[in-house]
Amino acid sequence: MKNYVLRPLYAIIALVIVVLIIREFYVPKDFATHGESYMYGWHRKSNEDEWKAFKVKYKFDNEYCKDCHSDKYDGLMQAPHAIIKCENCHGPALDHPTDPSKLIVDKSRELCIRCHASLPYPQSNRANIRGIDPDKHNPGIECSMCHNPHKPSLEGMK
Amino acid sequence: MITRRNLIKTGIAGLALPLASAKIINAAETLFPERFEKPNIRWVFLVDTRKCVGCGLCVKACKHENEVPYDTNITRTWVERYILTKDGQVFADSPKGARDGFIDKKINLGEKGSRNVKDEDIQKAFFVPKLCNQCESPPCVQVCPVGATYKTEEGIVLVDRDWCIGCAYCIMACPYGARFFHPVHKVAEKCTFCYHRLKKGMKTACVEACPFGARMIGNIKDPDDPVTKIIMMERIAVLKDEYGTSPQVYYLGISKEVR
Repeated sequence: MKNYVLRPLYAIIALVIVVLIIREFYVPKDFATHGESYMYGWHRKSNEDEWKAFKVKYKFDNEYCKDCHSDKYDGLMQAPHAIIKCENCHGPALDHPTDPSKLIVDKSRELCIRCHASLPYPQSNRANIRGIDPDKHNPGIECSMCHNPHKPSLEGMK
Repeated sequence: MITRRNLIKTGIAGLALPLASAKIINAAETLFPERFEKPNIRWVFLVDTRKCVGCGLCVKACKHENEVPYDTNITRTWVERYILTKDGQVFADSPKGARDGFIDKKINLGEKGSRNVKDEDIQKAFFVPKLCNQCESPPCVQVCPVGATYKTEEGIVLVDRDWCIGCAYCIMACPYGARFFHPVHKVAEKCTFCYHRLKKGMKTACVEACPFGARMIGNIKDPDDPVTKIIMMERIAVLKDEYGTSPQVYYLGISKEVR
């Protein structure tokens, strides 16, 4: 074959070799399909451990709170609000009580009206929750002025 | 000339080669069994839309748990409100992904402002929580040009933050709009079914945060799992089945208007 035909071919072969060498060093050793399909399996295996090591913020375990805050816990357990986890309102516990030493006490109306702003949608569970019109029901006042959030029934009114 | 002897000879030789290669594949499996062993877990999600009240506590918990910037309008999971009127109109909104819940009757129409539908004009109204469907055939993984997103053995689709180049092909490929760009890490971001929590034997943050049990997670390979039992016994639906993605988030009490 003529030389002018082969010359670009040599260049292409050289380029492929260079790319393969770079790939050998650049691509991590654990980058493979790991027994999965070629279409969905390619990944760096060690990334699974990186996600596994992601920090857990929420304990979502009311029993964890019970040991120190038994007074609040006992009251809450008798109220309809027992279905709500402590951390839903007080924020993620993280390493409480070490870090942070104090959790949030959110007294905003916005927190309560997430559920208790009246939306009478017939096909939704929302219709079964006692609701108020936030614009008409004592606007501007914190709900906790009258209702105890841990025991919010009318008997528990402050 | 073909004699019986010749036919058998060539026949054996002709069969030996393909059989030998098949043996080699099997040999790899026998030599490294750990490489082929798969855990007997396939995480699936179940949403009971009839129980959802639209409080958005799941969205709040998810954003805190997974370090998704709280005030930015991005989220791994969100809740949609559907309002179908008696004259056949369909409205759907999800202000801030329902991070602060649904607190009034006004429907958020984005740039078109808002709209009020009178209670008596409502035919149906309900809430639909959404999140990544962790598809069995994930189109987002298929389009990734660098292999930065993948399906784990337990069926969860993850993004390798070190390997992702931020091209956003996957964000466009997802028919459910479940992916977005992470403004801090500058990579594609998505729901991981709280992979770090599942691996520690905990449930996902959104499942734990829901006071009404509208969200459930389970292992479909375990026939005794309560979620598996519901999926097998009840009438369930998935979103956009026609896309062929085999989504693994199952819905109870859904309506055809939900897309």
